[in-house]
Amino acid sequence: MSLPIHATPTERLFYWGVRIFSAIVLLFLIAPILVIMPLSFNPEPYFSYPLSGISLRWYHEFFFSERWLTTMKNSMIIAVATTILATFLGTLASLGLTMTRIPGRTFIMSILISPLIVPVIISAVGMFFFFARMGLTSTFLGIILAHTVLATPFVIITVTATLQGFDRSLLRAGASMGANPTEVFFKIMLPLIMPGVISGGLFAFVTSFDEVVVVLFLASPEQRTLPRQMFSGIREIISPTITAAATVLTILSTAMLVSLEFLRRRNERLRGIRS
Amino acid sequence: MATGVLTSDGIPLKVKLKRAERRTKLKALGLVVPLFIFILFSFVAPIGNLLLSSVYDPSIKTLLPNTVASLDQWDGEGIPDEYAFAALVQDLKTAQKDEKVALLGKRLNYEISAIRSKIQSAARKIEKLEQGPYKQTVLDMEPALGTRHFWTLLKRSGSSFTPHYLLNTIDMRINQDGKVEAMPQDRSIYIGIYGRTLLISLTVTLATLLLGYPVAWLIANLPTRSASLLLIFVLLPFWTSLLVRTTAWFVLLQDNGIINDALIAMGLTEEPLKLIFSRFGTIIAMTHIQLPFTLLPIYSVMKTISPTYMRAARSLGAGPVYAFTRIYMPQTLPGVAAGCLLTFILSLGYYITPALVGGPTDQMISGVIADSMNRDLNWGKASALGAVLLMATVILYLVYDRLVGIDKMKLG
Repeated sequence: MSLPIHATPTERLFYWGVRIFSAIVLLFLIAPILVIMPLSFNPEPYFSYPLSGISLRWYHEFFFSERWLTTMKNSMIIAVATTILATFLGTLASLGLTMTRIPGRTFIMSILISPLIVPVIISAVGMFFFFARMGLTSTFLGIILAHTVLATPFVIITVTATLQGFDRSLLRAGASMGANPTEVFFKIMLPLIMPGVISGGLFAFVTSFDEVVVVLFLASPEQRTLPRQMFSGIREIISPTITAAATVLTILSTAMLVSLEFLRRRNERLRGIRS
Repeated sequence: MATGVLTSDGIPLKVKLKRAERRTKLKALGLVVPLFIFILFSFVAPIGNLLLSSVYDPSIKTLLPNTVASLDQWDGEGIPDEYAFAALVQDLKTAQKDEKVALLGKRLNYEISAIRSKIQSAARKIEKLEQGPYKQTVLDMEPALGTRHFWTLLKRSGSSFTPHYLLNTIDMRINQDGKVEAMPQDRSIYIGIYGRTLLISLTVTLATLLLGYPVAWLIANLPTRSASLLLIFVLLPFWTSLLVRTTAWFVLLQDNGIINDALIAMGLTEEPLKLIFSRFGTIIAMTHIQLPFTLLPIYSVMKTISPTYMRAARSLGAGPVYAFTRIYMPQTLPGVAAGCLLTFILSLGYYITPALVGGPTDQMISGVIADSMNRDLNWGKASALGAVLLMATVILYLVYDRLVGIDKMKLG
């Protein structure tokens, strides 16, 4: 979209105004994340420029100290378990929800999606009361269950979206050629909806890996996760290790974004959408 | 007999089809059931339980069982007679022995201010009382135990359901005559907290709309290649951990942080501005975090608006401003509504960001809930405030569902 020759002065002003304004807004969006990255190489424990040198001190602290390492391990265990559970349950439910018009579909859907909308603090406090009675607080299982609740809505949303674009006549074609329902599912349907399932799983992973409020209430020091450690890194002991942690996490989420974009393109290609 | 089309095994096709349909429906339900039960157990039940504990609190009845039971015979006039005081002495002795007096004092203190220390000292003295009559002795010992307020509270506690916590969240209380009245001005705090939460959420929503709308428009109207590039600027922060972004703002807003350094270097200010632990810090960090949530739905609606409408308007003689405001903007309203509602709903429940970069006395409702849980250990209050926040969220969620539809919610 370029500016036509006959543009009026108002249009010219508008054209450049929007561009400059957008540049500032996009800078506002990206700058805070980029600005703290170099700070993680600061040899001094300060949060300000100019740097007095380059040091991997905080990365050393992050990757080799017992405190940070354990939290990283805990986060991984919880996030992987959550991803498996949420993807499995969420994909099954999405298959059911899109298979046919089941009675009360809207109601069921709004219950299943509601953990996304209910403020986390309410879920966390409610789960704390309820799980405490069953001895699930201060256990990995409790946190995994809680995170699965928060993560399944993302799986449902992505997988149902994929399934809505799925051509059901392929299933009938498979069946008419003699495949039994199991074969049809595993050989035809699953490979085609796989990109959607994987991106649902990625969402689930990120949800769990980032979550801190539920962990604040349900976890004891043994289940302390990386975000929880960053939370106390900001609140209690202000240590520049948080900038190293933030940088590592940003790189992780960039990798995540790239794989999602790749999956989206693959999904479109599989569905025959050319762009 | 009317014969329809029969299948090979002699059953009417209609019946057979119905059966097949029912089987598919059952299969579909069977797939949904595991998750549904899981969500009922790990989410709906805990929240139901939370709502219940905002009105259900048997602690007084449990700690003073005999006293509460004896008050069945009290008509509620003046203060009760010897029988009640005898029961109270008995209960307080048990409580003192079980070291439960502190708990009782804390609970009573929610409704009668400054009774905690009085009940504790009374319990210590009562421990040594051998025999009655108790009424006069107790009254001489601790006049606070002879007030109508104290006894009407105990009588109300005969029922484990109490409106106290919910009333408290709207700055009301039950006075000594059992009537509901407004909290005195200096103790009304919650209305202020709701107001603050709403104000911060509205400001953030408005800020994200003002910043996001032009950007969404630009991205929607650029050629695909440059649009994808710009979208990355929006999506990367969207994907970055909330805590990372909060950390970034925590670092940037420090008194000797980058923003203050830059402002001083440019000569705009001499003293570092108070950016962190202030309302400004909360709003700017929340705006940064919520901006993609508002922008993306607007962008996806703008993508679907055909440029021919604008051209038609212009060719019919509308000026650029007129065409934009009358033709283009109304078509973007669904996206604006979706994005703003989502941001507003999410903003209401913010906890981490205000807790880390906001002022300690400027917390939003979630922060107050967390404090009542962790610091005050007042679970009834936490539950009641949770109920209020939940109600507000559910109403907005229904509006969102009506306007946008939850199954149209898109991610990324």
